[in-house]
Amino acid sequence: MKDVRLLTEMFIPGALVGPFTQAHPGLGGVCTFVGEVRGGEGQDTGVEALELSHYEPLTLRSMEELADKAIERFDLMGLLIVHRVGEMRVGEPIVLVSAAALHRRGAIDAVDFCMDHLKSAAWFWKREKREEGWRWIEPHAGDYADLARWSKKNRQFDLDQGSS
Amino acid sequence: MAVKIVFLGPLRDMAGAESQEVEAPLDWAGLLATVGDEVAAQLSEERVNIACAGRVLADKSALQAKDGDEVALLPPVSGG
Repeated sequence: MKDVRLLTEMFIPGALVGPFTQAHPGLGGVCTFVGEVRGGEGQDTGVEALELSHYEPLTLRSMEELADKAIERFDLMGLLIVHRVGEMRVGEPIVLVSAAALHRRGAIDAVDFCMDHLKSAAWFWKREKREEGWRWIEPHAGDYADLARWSKKNRQFDLDQGSS
Repeated sequence: MAVKIVFLGPLRDMAGAESQEVEAPLDWAGLLATVGDEVAAQLSEERVNIACAGRVLADKSALQAKDGDEVALLPPVSGG
């Protein structure tokens, strides 16, 4: 089951992952990642809020295509991708990816794959609010390197190394 | 009807507006001449994409927007 959502309001990850898991009887494993707005007590980043914007004609469609790719590549039984847009406060969830598969490796890799693509290859724009005002955020070099791990050439390299 | 240019992400701040309507048709040269120097300089960079009528163009300079089309200016993305 493919379930891809773009949400404008806060969501509770557990409330979505529970039913998603229930919907796949016979699965061998579920892997879930939740990304939240970093900061607050003990992690004083100076960030007061985060805003994610999107472009309606492209964003959801490209998320659907990403989900299709992941389902095929990692032989998934189901995939749930939820991404927020709008303004978020510290501690609020931004993104949720949950993958169900017969075996753990497919589920874990699928979540990693989807997150790397959502970070730096999906139609979102992110800015953060600090004391001095709003500032646009671009992916770091590390984010692009993470994404490159999944390209065909590198994938072949992984296979040649006999990773399992 | 006209062509609607939509500014995404930081380009919105540069343009000082979310969108702008211009007369159709609109090609690459017309777009650069319309959006102001700062945005035009960004558009010339490889990492900025353009979508026309919901499709991302493989070659920006081949832009041919007609009456009713929406042209979106897409700077580098960051999500998650």
